[in-house]
Amino acid sequence: MKFRKLAGGAVAIVVIVAVAFVAYRLLKPEGPEPTPPIAGAAQDLPDDMSRGEYLTKAADCAACHTEKGGTPFAGGRPFQLPFGTIYATNLTPDEETGIGKWSDEAFVAAVREGVGSEGHLYPAMPYTSYTGMSRDDILAIKAYLESLPPVNQPTPENSLSFPFNQRWGMAFWNLAFFDETRFTPDSDQSDAWNRGAYLAGPLGHCGECHTPRNIGFAMQSHDYLAGTEVQGWKAYNTTSDSLYGIGSWSDDQLRGYLSRGHAPGRSSASGPMAEVVEYSLQHLTDGDIDALIAYLRSVEPEQGDRNVTVNVTPAAVEASNAVLPGDDAPVEDPHGRRLFEGDCAGCHQWNGIGRQTEYASLGGSSSVNDPTGTALIQVLLRGTSIEIDGVTQRMPGFGGVYSDTDIAAVANYVLAHFGDKEGTVTADEVAERRAGPAH
Amino acid sequence: MKRNSTRHEPHDGFVGLSRRQFLGGMGAALTLAVSLKSGIANAASLASEAAADAFAPNAFIRIDEAGKVTVVSSYLEMGQGTFTGLATLAAEELDVPMRDVSVVGSPADLRYANPILEAVFGRPVQGTGGSTAMAGAWNQMREAAATARQMLVNAAARRWQVEPASLSVTDGVVVHEASGQRIAYRDLLADAAELPVPENVQLKSPDDFRLIGAEQGTPRVDVPAKTNGSAIFTQDKKLPGMLVAVIAHPPKLWGKVQSVDSSQAEAIPGVVAVVEVPGDDKIQGGVAVLAHNTWVARQGRGALKITWDDSQALTVGSEAILSAFRDLAEQPGIVAEARGTLLDDAPEGGTVIEAVYEQPYLAHSAMEPMNCLVDLQGDRCDIYNGEQWHTGDQSAAAEILGFETEQVSIHQLYAGGSFGRRANARSDYVREAVTLARTARDQGIEAPIKLVWMREDDMRATQYRPLTVQKSRMVLDDAGKLLSWHWRIVGQSFMEMPEGAVDDSLVEGAKEMDYDVPNLRVEQHNPTTFPVPVVWLRSVGHTHTAFVGETQIDEAARATGQDPYQFRRSMLGNNPRALAVLDLVAEKSNWDTPLPEGENGERRHRGMALRTSFGTVVAHVAEVTLHTDGSYVVDRVVTAIDCGVAINPDVIRAQMEGGFGFGLSFLRQGIVFEAGSVVQSNFNDYPVMRMNATPQFDVHIVPSSNAPSGVGEPGVPPAAPAVANALAAMTGHAYHSLPLGGSVATS
Amino acid sequence: MITFTVNGSSHAFDGDPNMPLLWYLRDEADLTGTKFGCGIAMCGACTVHIDGRPVRSCLTPVASVDGRSVETIETAENHPIGKLVQQAWVEGQVPQCGYCQSGQIMSAVALLKTKPSPTDDDIDAAMSGNICRCATYPRIRAAIHSAAEKLAY
Repeated sequence: MKFRKLAGGAVAIVVIVAVAFVAYRLLKPEGPEPTPPIAGAAQDLPDDMSRGEYLTKAADCAACHTEKGGTPFAGGRPFQLPFGTIYATNLTPDEETGIGKWSDEAFVAAVREGVGSEGHLYPAMPYTSYTGMSRDDILAIKAYLESLPPVNQPTPENSLSFPFNQRWGMAFWNLAFFDETRFTPDSDQSDAWNRGAYLAGPLGHCGECHTPRNIGFAMQSHDYLAGTEVQGWKAYNTTSDSLYGIGSWSDDQLRGYLSRGHAPGRSSASGPMAEVVEYSLQHLTDGDIDALIAYLRSVEPEQGDRNVTVNVTPAAVEASNAVLPGDDAPVEDPHGRRLFEGDCAGCHQWNGIGRQTEYASLGGSSSVNDPTGTALIQVLLRGTSIEIDGVTQRMPGFGGVYSDTDIAAVANYVLAHFGDKEGTVTADEVAERRAGPAH
Repeated sequence: MKRNSTRHEPHDGFVGLSRRQFLGGMGAALTLAVSLKSGIANAASLASEAAADAFAPNAFIRIDEAGKVTVVSSYLEMGQGTFTGLATLAAEELDVPMRDVSVVGSPADLRYANPILEAVFGRPVQGTGGSTAMAGAWNQMREAAATARQMLVNAAARRWQVEPASLSVTDGVVVHEASGQRIAYRDLLADAAELPVPENVQLKSPDDFRLIGAEQGTPRVDVPAKTNGSAIFTQDKKLPGMLVAVIAHPPKLWGKVQSVDSSQAEAIPGVVAVVEVPGDDKIQGGVAVLAHNTWVARQGRGALKITWDDSQALTVGSEAILSAFRDLAEQPGIVAEARGTLLDDAPEGGTVIEAVYEQPYLAHSAMEPMNCLVDLQGDRCDIYNGEQWHTGDQSAAAEILGFETEQVSIHQLYAGGSFGRRANARSDYVREAVTLARTARDQGIEAPIKLVWMREDDMRATQYRPLTVQKSRMVLDDAGKLLSWHWRIVGQSFMEMPEGAVDDSLVEGAKEMDYDVPNLRVEQHNPTTFPVPVVWLRSVGHTHTAFVGETQIDEAARATGQDPYQFRRSMLGNNPRALAVLDLVAEKSNWDTPLPEGENGERRHRGMALRTSFGTVVAHVAEVTLHTDGSYVVDRVVTAIDCGVAINPDVIRAQMEGGFGFGLSFLRQGIVFEAGSVVQSNFNDYPVMRMNATPQFDVHIVPSSNAPSGVGEPGVPPAAPAVANALAAMTGHAYHSLPLGGSVATS
Repeated sequence: MITFTVNGSSHAFDGDPNMPLLWYLRDEADLTGTKFGCGIAMCGACTVHIDGRPVRSCLTPVASVDGRSVETIETAENHPIGKLVQQAWVEGQVPQCGYCQSGQIMSAVALLKTKPSPTDDDIDAAMSGNICRCATYPRIRAAIHSAAEKLAY
């Protein structure tokens, strides 16, 4: 009896807490609209770019709303999620298939509240971050999109399994996980810092990829930017942690990475991050890049749970030069080495300098220091490319001719040689990645 | 014509001739034309030589006033050593040292028709292929040189009033032993030019050969220029004011340009023009961007916005083609060879081995991507090309331009590999370049235009070794004797064939096979359903038949508990040449002594394969190591070859090494279509053998006094099957489909 | 304006700074010994030396050689190792079609500069990035060993 009473009490408490939480969520004020200089265009906005175009780039709308090889913003790009495939919508001003008939209210609601014309959006659309944007900024983006030529291109039907195909279900998800709040500047910090926070959060939505998600597919706030796996790739720890994050990166390295996709002596952006730099970050002004750096430097250091420590002076690389791998290199996979010396060494070189192009340098890269080889496998299978200032840098994929065994061998070799790590890549894992999403 | 000291062009002497020079040289041309057997099509070219060359007794040999000999090659030098072989034959019969001989490529001219290809095609053609150069030149070039020598000797005899037979020649000096008189060729040229051309000349007896067959070989004439960057390939050729064109081909085969927005391309500094090249039934066509700099042209191509009309495009992929071919492989085809009566079942205690083999399209992927320079001026067209199909390409160009063939001159350059790609019955890339030049001219562009393909274009712009599905069935008796072999080959024919006709190339090596098989039936299907352009690739039909035949023989040997060497031996009773080659390779490879085990669980084994192709017998034994992870390497290759007289043993060894390397790459290569487009693009997805996969070689040449046959191709066919046989012996798997990949299942 | 030296002579270029060095050498400087093979640094036909070290010029932006020294096949014979390597190539009758050989020689020279007596493994490590479709590899290997022997005297 006593137990039942107790249990009943517990249930009552849970219900009360839940109701209170929901009420809080529903009743909590969204906060005041962010204003310039924190919101809005960059202070040093170039003359040839409109505020709307700049913000559209900063919010990286194009990356998702453009199909591979398709017309920018015409949508159709598939996103393979664990529970099905959803497609990005057409953002061109076509009246039938795009946003031509959308009111300002409807557009703002879609961006900030995740409620679209057909009901709730799935949080693949980062309204959970965009919610912090100012209404003015969103309307500037809308104005820019409306200035584009309309493209009549219907968005393919999402193919989601039950119950995920029930859009109304997202209302409950939102209740549980969505906090509709505008960006609030921290008065203790500089304008630059606040601008950086606005760029990284509401606009750039870095956390959507770089923050681990909980069981409900929501960002874990206590692990903000601590790194996780996304679409089969690695979004690395970008907290200020000096061992696992970017704490020991120099400003030059951060600037290089953000503005052109390569941090000298560190990583080159590849896969999805290459797209972020290509579509979005390379267009940010110097002032905004500095603001981002100022903000990122202050993000609470977190170790994260899939962390990678980078060895910038691995023994094998130290023993190597551009031409030869060095006699005292550690014992490495002979098959992997054979593949590397044939197909890779010519460009990357044995000491990982990548003399032809800085993008080919491997030294200090997170990908070659991650024993799981997550990103490495993807790059080897599918290649990666990045276009900066109209020049494309490309690593070709080898998935067409390398067997799973071959990819595993060369990945483990590269991890040993360039990261001093014992790679754990297996052929089975490569097979799984091969079948998985391309990103 | 003074040789440019820093750029070595193999057509030296045939180019740079202006209209004025041509007219000025007419007088000489007339005299010369009389002495030539036929035609004045290229008298203009030869005219320029008449001034410098005091003696030109025929189309192949010229000697200048310093006594230096120039040999005119009707064949392309694409790496196979033909220039050197021709120089050797000429130097041998002329009795001059090799250092006094240089070689230039001939223009397109039927006087240079290939005697062997003429027999094959039933009409004169000038072209290089089928490993025919040495076989064709063996009599032709030696006679040409012996004729020149005889005329020079006759001139000396007249001068000294002695019998020609009393004279001998050493290093280009005619000697009269009895009187001790000596005179160099260079002092006899004018006299000799006045003499009649002798009808019949005596060729040297092999016993007197001093260059032909010399163990170290004669040094290659093209090697110095190919080690200092001065050898000029089409890619390197420049003419004043020349534009470079980079073309956008249809992404789906046979797609057509619907519309093009070239505004962004034209806005790039340095882009001179954008020219649409109409495609037809022979070329893909597309949109070309012209600039003075290749990079700029390439950037321009990247900036084109082209809408393609795919209504006539290929839409299927390799899977659909394979599936259709698999069905055909189960149906009776056109009979290419039939002897005896096929056995349906094995006799008591016998064995049936039956399998379906699939091999993909292959790209030639020569190191120099395809290219062609066209200089169209008024009523004249000059083409600069690593020319492998001289008269065919000349006719194609004339047809496009509405010219007579004489109005089209082809200037031979070195080819950076070809492997058959530059000898194309459709003249595809030459047509494309000429069509481009014509269209550009119509747009008012008066400049020589060099069309260059990027590697991706070369990989994707079609013309492949055909994809085949082959069904092969062997019936053996209880003693393991091969009684009956039924072999059906499905693949597009190399040339357009009349309905129901046999394409001999598709079934070569199966139709006239090395082995005795009492009951044999070879059939083929040549479907034309899928318009993928196909063309011969180094060793042609043997590329696919050798893999099937030679691996199935091993499979049969394994199934009946026989040694693959002894099994082959037992079927070569009527083929002593092949038997001798097989015995030699077995002896030199220590076939009967098993290889020692490798370290760390590695397994090691030998595999062999034999194939007569283009008149030459080659057998390879490959020593292969299989690592525990399934990756494999070929450590050593022992080769035996019978190619008749070994004109240049060192070149033969080089061709066996290279041929094996080329054939070894088949284990990892394949061109795959998906929805009408080629998937592969570059060396990342079309791998070729590299230094670290290179075995050691040990090549043995069977001494022979038979007329020489070619060596450029025959090293290729037995390479892949020899390695596959070694792997199969270790893993127990028979490999029926290529590519195998870089690693195999180990159990 | 980008300024650099090629084979000891000074050069200046004010065109597209992103243009790969290969096309500057071939199309602007008329040094056609350096070849175009793949455009993605996977075949080595375009190998030249920048400040003495081998690079694939097809991916090297011309801007990145500003102030540097470029050496191509055309000047190989002016260096003791280059000359030895070229001689070994002739003696060993290495080339067939010859198109890749400029790159092979430049890679071989870089190897011997780095290690005057290379082992077979060293040759694999330094030379496997250079493709030869004629598969002249065994002769390249032999010629490198032969040049190394002469270098030792």
